[in-house]
Amino acid sequence: MAQIFPKSANALAQASIIVAGALAATAGGALYWLQRSPYVTRQHETREQPVPFSHQHHVGGIGVDCRYCHTAVEKSAKAGIPPTKTCMNCHAQIWNDSPTLEPVRQSFRDGKSIAWTKVNDLPDFAYFNHSAHVNKGMGCSTCHGRIDLQPLAWQEHSLQMEWCLECHRNPEKFVRPQDQVFNVAWQAPANQIEVGKELVKKYGLKPRTSCSTCHR
Amino acid sequence: MASTPHLDPASAPIIAPGHTFSSVTDKIASIVLARRTPLHWFLGFTIAFSVAQLVLLTIVRLLFWGIGSWGVTVPIGWGFDIINFVWWIGIGHAGTLISAILLLLKQEWRTSINRFAEAMTLFAVVCAAQYPLFHTGRPWIAAYWLLPYPNTMGLWPNFRSPLIWDVFAVTTYASVSAVFWYVGLIPDFATLRDRAKNKLMAMVYGIGSMGWRGSARHWHNYESAYLLLAGLATPLVVSVHTVVSFDFAVGVLPGWHATIFPPYFVAGAIYAGFAMVLTLAIPLRAWYGLKDFITDRHLDNMAKVMLATGLIVAYGYAMEAFFAWYSASSWEIFMIRNRMFGPYGHMYWALILCNVVAPNTLWVPRLRHSHAWLFFISLVVSVGMWLERYVIIVTSLHRDFLPSSWGMYQGTVWDWSFFIGTIGLFVTLLYLFVRFLPAISMFEMKTILPGARVEEHHS
Repeated sequence: MAQIFPKSANALAQASIIVAGALAATAGGALYWLQRSPYVTRQHETREQPVPFSHQHHVGGIGVDCRYCHTAVEKSAKAGIPPTKTCMNCHAQIWNDSPTLEPVRQSFRDGKSIAWTKVNDLPDFAYFNHSAHVNKGMGCSTCHGRIDLQPLAWQEHSLQMEWCLECHRNPEKFVRPQDQVFNVAWQAPANQIEVGKELVKKYGLKPRTSCSTCHR
Repeated sequence: MASTPHLDPASAPIIAPGHTFSSVTDKIASIVLARRTPLHWFLGFTIAFSVAQLVLLTIVRLLFWGIGSWGVTVPIGWGFDIINFVWWIGIGHAGTLISAILLLLKQEWRTSINRFAEAMTLFAVVCAAQYPLFHTGRPWIAAYWLLPYPNTMGLWPNFRSPLIWDVFAVTTYASVSAVFWYVGLIPDFATLRDRAKNKLMAMVYGIGSMGWRGSARHWHNYESAYLLLAGLATPLVVSVHTVVSFDFAVGVLPGWHATIFPPYFVAGAIYAGFAMVLTLAIPLRAWYGLKDFITDRHLDNMAKVMLATGLIVAYGYAMEAFFAWYSASSWEIFMIRNRMFGPYGHMYWALILCNVVAPNTLWVPRLRHSHAWLFFISLVVSVGMWLERYVIIVTSLHRDFLPSSWGMYQGTVWDWSFFIGTIGLFVTLLYLFVRFLPAISMFEMKTILPGARVEEHHS
């Protein structure tokens, strides 16, 4: 009786086992990587803004404190986007004829807010409170990165739940002295874990990881 | 080749006399290799396939409208989805029992029924899987609460929950059953490859046979692999439905929180499984003229297994009532009274009629040997086992500790369409199986022929 398959079919059959395994592993790895990639998270991607506001210039260059504009950050859930009037405190005097700032003056004249593009946009089902964090030794730059080095702001981290939990499960890795919270250039000391554990105790940090902490 | 009538099926041979190696192969392979598909196959397949479309229809409706289209609501959060899941998973157990435990116990009569009983197991698991997969109405989120994988939420399933044990139990069950079934098919694939009438068929069956040549070495490896797999599958007969019963028994609800649940569920599963094997075997042997292979003795044996497991199940029902009384817990006593005489009382008594009263008629040899009666009883048992899950789930949930939160439950038209649809899916898969794969193991049948017996000579 004639053979149905050539002799090479044996090798192919054996190779198919390895290839199938490799394909499955590759597909799994690719999905793992893709889901965390900036393509999905939009991490480190600058967003277009109606006015090209530079944190690098205002924070890094001039040294404006975070709270000068984000006034509510210590008292409320949202840090707050400053009203146009805050811009005009200075820009009524300086750069007051710059064409780049025309949308700011326009907004000031007709009382319509500038429609800034939100950069760090959490999903609506996740609750986040700025005041709870900045009053307990969690610094701005822990989440927002070196804002003083960002010409147009980007999202520094993935904002995925595993990223939130990384800190909620190990706050000692990230906590800093309360007087350093608004220091955007703060660097963790070499003995951060040691200091962190002290601070966790001192500030009474009990970051919760139950579902309803954030999904209320 | 008319089957020889025997006065006492219990002592009849497990294969009709007069068969040779080639007549067995001819008979079984011809069903698969026949060029013309019989008309009754097309008719049955068309009906089953049409009914199976209800699954798609229900799923589309579910995904667009959510589980509001089902009848589940507070306080009855588990309804048809879990009833049908447990029902289907239970049915599958007979296949594993026949293929693994009866093999290890050298019960030779299993050879003619194990192949399609295993197929039935797989198809039942396929049907069962639909319910947990779709019961949230959002199957794409099933991935992270069913399976432990490194997701971006940093979340793992709750390993202390019996529901996650269930996921592992059922996936293990499905994969071991599939491997066992496939390994059992390999020598038969080779036979079909050699007898195939065209190149394409020869190639398809050839790939399935994995280069099987039937050499002594092949057989040696094969026998060890098959025994090892049987050993692996054996604990599954007991473990799967034990874990399914934990879904209930680990909860603190009266009516669920009972230590008798694991053995009682396992017995119920084998009971339901044998009822389904009988439901399938009786028409199969008649339509395809397989009465020589699935003999009256097979039906008799299966009827006895069904009767025995039915009695264990009846004992379970008795113990549920006894425990309620003996516990002296007012909640337990209320639960059993409500189950028997409450608004779902008629379902409880229907269940007792189907699962306890009806199968006891099989004590009478004349009824047990009547194929029509046996077929009828096996259908009744299937209904009874479905009612059992309905009663356990709904009556325990609908009136719990707080009378202000009592409620009633009823399946909606979509609940029923999903259930009936999976029955259609099950029958569709069985039709495809019977047409494309040998429904009876050819090579194993040959081992029980008188010609296969080699006398041992001791010096």
